[in-house]
Amino acid sequence: MTMASLDPVAAVLLIPIVSAALLAVLPGYRLTARLNVVASLLTFVSALSLFVIERPQPGPYVLVDDLNIVFIVLNTFVGFTTSIFSASYIAHELETGRLTPVYLRFYHAMYQTMMFGMNLAFVSNNIGLMWVAVEIATLTTVLMVGIYRTHAALEAAWKYFILGSVGIAFALFGTILVYMAARPIVGEGQDGMIWTLLIQHAAAFDPALLNVAFIFLFLGYGTKVGLAPLHAWLPDAHAEGPTPISAVLSGLLLNVALYALLRFKILLAANPDAIAPGPLMVTMGLVSLIFAAFMLYRRRDIKRLFAYSSIEHMGIIVFAFGMGGPLANFAGLLHMVMHSLTKSAIFYAVGHISQIKGTQRINRIRGLTVTHPALGWGFVVGVVAIAGLPPLGIFMSEFLIVSSTFARQPLLAIALVFGLLLAFGALTLRLTSVAFGEPRGSTASAEASYVPMLAHIALVLCAGIYLPTPLVVWFQHVARLLG
Amino acid sequence: MQMHSLAFDISHTLAGGLVLISFMMLYQDRLYSLLNVFALHAVVLALSVAWQAYIQDAPHLYITAVIALVFKAIVIPVALHRIVKQLGIHRDIESAVSIGLTMLAGMALVALSMVLMLRVTADADPLAREDLAFALSVVLLGLLVMVTRRNAVSQVVGFMSLENGLVLAATGAKGMPLVVEISVAFSILIAFIVIGIFLFRIRERFDSVDVSALDDYRGERR
Repeated sequence: MTMASLDPVAAVLLIPIVSAALLAVLPGYRLTARLNVVASLLTFVSALSLFVIERPQPGPYVLVDDLNIVFIVLNTFVGFTTSIFSASYIAHELETGRLTPVYLRFYHAMYQTMMFGMNLAFVSNNIGLMWVAVEIATLTTVLMVGIYRTHAALEAAWKYFILGSVGIAFALFGTILVYMAARPIVGEGQDGMIWTLLIQHAAAFDPALLNVAFIFLFLGYGTKVGLAPLHAWLPDAHAEGPTPISAVLSGLLLNVALYALLRFKILLAANPDAIAPGPLMVTMGLVSLIFAAFMLYRRRDIKRLFAYSSIEHMGIIVFAFGMGGPLANFAGLLHMVMHSLTKSAIFYAVGHISQIKGTQRINRIRGLTVTHPALGWGFVVGVVAIAGLPPLGIFMSEFLIVSSTFARQPLLAIALVFGLLLAFGALTLRLTSVAFGEPRGSTASAEASYVPMLAHIALVLCAGIYLPTPLVVWFQHVARLLG
Repeated sequence: MQMHSLAFDISHTLAGGLVLISFMMLYQDRLYSLLNVFALHAVVLALSVAWQAYIQDAPHLYITAVIALVFKAIVIPVALHRIVKQLGIHRDIESAVSIGLTMLAGMALVALSMVLMLRVTADADPLAREDLAFALSVVLLGLLVMVTRRNAVSQVVGFMSLENGLVLAATGAKGMPLVVEISVAFSILIAFIVIGIFLFRIRERFDSVDVSALDDYRGERR
């Protein structure tokens, strides 16, 4: 493990944590918002450099492999674009007095701490460390959800904390059980928690103990993925916190929990006598998809609408990984990337919309494409993408998931298509009322940068039309790793 | 052999004591007495962890024991006492379910964890095995406290007792790394939350941890 090869990994972790400390003490909106953007950009660049450098040998704490590079790069990219969106969003919040300068400092420090926690969860090779990192990321988002200190925001943060802690407690119990299963084979101490060692010896582990461990891990991390019926924290946390946090919650934090789940799924798959995690994931995924699709029809709040849409899409992704096999895994991976990009773009748009209109109630927002063409049409394309229409990226991944399911389990595919159509109906219903028709509410122009939103939409559009071959090869390789 | 079985008996007694105290928490109907019982819970946990540190010859576990004793048995209960006084909520706790039903549910949960853990860990050494079964009972009972109470302070107490169960499990798993770090991380989490309750004066009972509560607020109920 040479120092040079360790550097990008260290940078991905050190840049956020150092800038978090800086942002906690520096005053002034202009300086801190810019520093936040620069720090996020630097983190993204160092994450990109993971592609080119020689990878460090998996150590006791750090692991870089083909799977987590995808997650890290996606994480830091969306973290970077969200920091740009956040700068213009927060400026407006300061003007309207919803945030005071003290809370602004706190907000920025927490933003970078959260990035640190998420990146640490991705690079950790130690299942205990991964658990600690997920806890850090959760705690910081809890604090940010409650930052407006209104009754509703505090209640949302409290609910998020309670359910998140229960989830995280179950995940720890599962982690302890994995260690117990590993101890007779791998030996006591540190080694029993190192993922790369666990995977080598997983075939010899006690299958009964591994099964129970996976149930706890699935419930624990599944709570954080937002799978129904463990999702209750998710809509509130999305609706009551600042919109940049909704964007990173949906786009990134759910992925972190999903990543943890995938690591343990690979572990379980390596043991021939353990239960297959697939059916469990397929069931929970389908339940989440169909439940969320029904819930979409009743939403009156625009941020809650898209929060339920996140539950729906996480359901689809978990379903795809549960089906397994190279094609479904490929589609799941692609869907995860597309969902992160699209959903955060939608939240950027929603953030600007709710600031202009001064409300999150759907029935008070109408005719956006007339009054704010750029924002309105950006929003339209985003929602069309998330609803799964061609030629955008989500259509392609959903098509792959449906077709690979049809080939193997036609009945499941029918349920899947039913859920997708249901969600599609709800989203188009809401889209037409928000985007078209007689304008309602304030028509003030927004002083905002639409670049992050448009960049994400452009990427999703490109992916829908043409996926570059190296990316396809990479994803295929990762899909095989996932088994 | 004699010494070994004594070691086993003591850790067994301490872990069983934790389960018993978890049951005591279920029927406390005043916040002050709930806090006192929790302090006792933390003291027994500290003893149990210290005993594990001694028999496993793992000195770093003494740190976890000291954290449990100082932070969870003294600092947090005292701080919560003061918060309860300041918020003026030292009246009865309204539990969502009647005490009889809660106790029955508690027994069912303990039976469940015994059946589950003893069955799957048939090959593990008996000490770790029973420790794990007790720990899962404590975790589930803590969860039950959280579910049946609606007051923010008693929910935190429930969460802390749940976490005590996790520390019991982690220390019982011989040679598990990061136990100290995890107990520190938990302490920080709890400190944050207690400070949060104090700063934001979370006195009003959030009627449930259910998504419907904010649905009402957002006008999404029909």
